[in-house]
Amino acid sequence: MNPGDQIPELRVTPDRFLTVRYAGASGDYNPIHVDEEFAKSVGLPGKILHGLYSMAQVARAAEEAAGGPDKLKRLSVQFRGMGLPEQEIVVTGTVREAGDTTVIDLEAAQGENRIIRNAEAEITA
Amino acid sequence: MSLKTDAVGKTWGPVVYAVGREKVKEYAAAVGETNPIHLDHEAARAAGHADVVAPPMFAVVYSAPAMGPVIFDPDVAMNFAMMVHGGQEFVWGPLVVAGDEITTNVECKSIEARDGRGFYVFESVSTNQDGETVCTATWTNIVRGVE
Repeated sequence: MNPGDQIPELRVTPDRFLTVRYAGASGDYNPIHVDEEFAKSVGLPGKILHGLYSMAQVARAAEEAAGGPDKLKRLSVQFRGMGLPEQEIVVTGTVREAGDTTVIDLEAAQGENRIIRNAEAEITA
Repeated sequence: MSLKTDAVGKTWGPVVYAVGREKVKEYAAAVGETNPIHLDHEAARAAGHADVVAPPMFAVVYSAPAMGPVIFDPDVAMNFAMMVHGGQEFVWGPLVVAGDEITTNVECKSIEARDGRGFYVFESVSTNQDGETVCTATWTNIVRGVE
């Protein structure tokens, strides 16, 4: 990988019940993620994705570019827009620095809504 | 509401989490992993691992029992109704596999007000049964409506 290279895009569409499965898998049952009526009552458009689920998609994209989970050494993200079920997530990344440690800038978006910005991954060869 | 900063420097833990095979598979399936070393213990063994390999982001799961009491600590006194998860960093060491026992300690690194928002930063450090640091995580929560 060289500076400026794009990593392969990762595309995934979380289904209607994804937030429930992720809640069970992660232990985060905050009702904004699993209860449509509650989410609407606090001003959200509906159940929203867990930020750490979306971050896991960014991690997958970085791992696939790196060639395995053991190669991913660091990942930092900022959560911004809210992610929603039943909309495709597209994770993109660009190599910033190459060497013993390669640094990749990533983001995750649903259409125009950039749900994870300023993500930075460090991977080893 | 002015910002309460008494919790800066406070520590929590240790909390031990035993990594189970089926939990790793459940998590890996939920996040859409396709690499068989996360989903099939025979494939993981064939690849040289002792058992199914936890995806790096499984750090969320093994550190959760340590982070839970922190978020609800009255010394931290976060206003949940106004809280969002603002940022997250993980730094990983050796891979975690089913059968590992992970011990996590947490410290409150800073509580600061900026632009009418409170920034709460916590660091969790997770080690395996051999004393290796498998993950250091920085959790940033943002609470609106503080001075």
